[in-house]
Amino acid sequence: MPITETHELHKRRFGRNLGVALSLVAFATIVFGLTIAKIREGSTMEAFDHQPRVSITPLVEDGQ
Amino acid sequence: MTDATTNTNVQAAEGEARFGDYVALLKPRVMSLVVFTALVGLVVAPGGMSPMIGFTAILFIALGAGASGALNMWYDADIDLIMKRTRGRPVPSGRVEAGEALSVGVALSAISVAMLGLATNWVAAGLLAFTIFFYAVIYTMWLKRATPQNIVIGGAAGAFPPVIGWAAVTGDVSLEAVLMFGLIFMWTPPHFWALALFMKADYHEAKVPMLTVTHGRPETRRQIWIYSLLLAPVAIGLGLTSIGGPVYLSTAIVLNAIFLRHAFAVRGRDEAMAEADGYAAEKRLFRFSLYYLFLHFGALLGDAGLRMTGLLGG
Repeated sequence: MPITETHELHKRRFGRNLGVALSLVAFATIVFGLTIAKIREGSTMEAFDHQPRVSITPLVEDGQ
Repeated sequence: MTDATTNTNVQAAEGEARFGDYVALLKPRVMSLVVFTALVGLVVAPGGMSPMIGFTAILFIALGAGASGALNMWYDADIDLIMKRTRGRPVPSGRVEAGEALSVGVALSAISVAMLGLATNWVAAGLLAFTIFFYAVIYTMWLKRATPQNIVIGGAAGAFPPVIGWAAVTGDVSLEAVLMFGLIFMWTPPHFWALALFMKADYHEAKVPMLTVTHGRPETRRQIWIYSLLLAPVAIGLGLTSIGGPVYLSTAIVLNAIFLRHAFAVRGRDEAMAEADGYAAEKRLFRFSLYYLFLHFGALLGDAGLRMTGLLGG
């Protein structure tokens, strides 16, 4: 039997591989969509990063 | 592995799993109830959230429920093989190995909890993790085979999704969420025991202690009536909270009156009467219980809709 011949087994495995591939694509799409939604919602995108960050330092009002 | 070696193993691989077998591990029919009740919990919660975040939350709550289903199929493969209803499942039929079901269950549990936490908050994620643990360990591994109250305890796992949906929006658990939990929790025993009365299930052979077997059918009828009596105040009480309204309250009063009437009819019968009419009353109660839960949660959505359009104030 030539090793290039396609068996029914290969079709079944192709279906399974396709399912896994589509699941991964769907997962990546969801993570991307979630990121966009979080950014639009205005979630905090900056935090302490081992050095002072002026952009997240609380404002000091005049006269204080 | 080369193609040559693959071809020599064709016979062994005939029962190899398709992608659909892995999907079947997640118990898609159970997931549909989870999706609906979690969606209602999420929609009726005060505060609201972006549709994309809401979609993600529902998806990973459903995936977490599916993961617990896979863990259940891994552990219960021995009794699934004995019972006719479950013999065709992927693990007992040999299409998926038990170890694979375990891997799928553990991996999806971790993914769903982590993603729900990142998408919403860690209270909701913690509740999802507890639900998976409760269903897979407390119910499946421990109490299912140990007590005839297994249906009552298993019902708690099914009652968590609206609470998780609520927590995903609010970040906490309030009276409304507890009553939504109570509604499903108290509904589960009469629903399943009505089914157990007319389905001559082979739990006995599998040595799963069902109430119908351990305490007899008359006692099961009495328990159905007791749980139906306890269910009514929980269901109607939910209508008096902030998420209730005229749609829910009127629906709950009518549905509980009918439910009690059906449960009372089942309570007043013996096996001879049930055999004579082919378990008509038990089947009526079971069928009605399906509509009962769907309509209660649908009514909550109805009131939420009225509130959103400003017709109900708030």
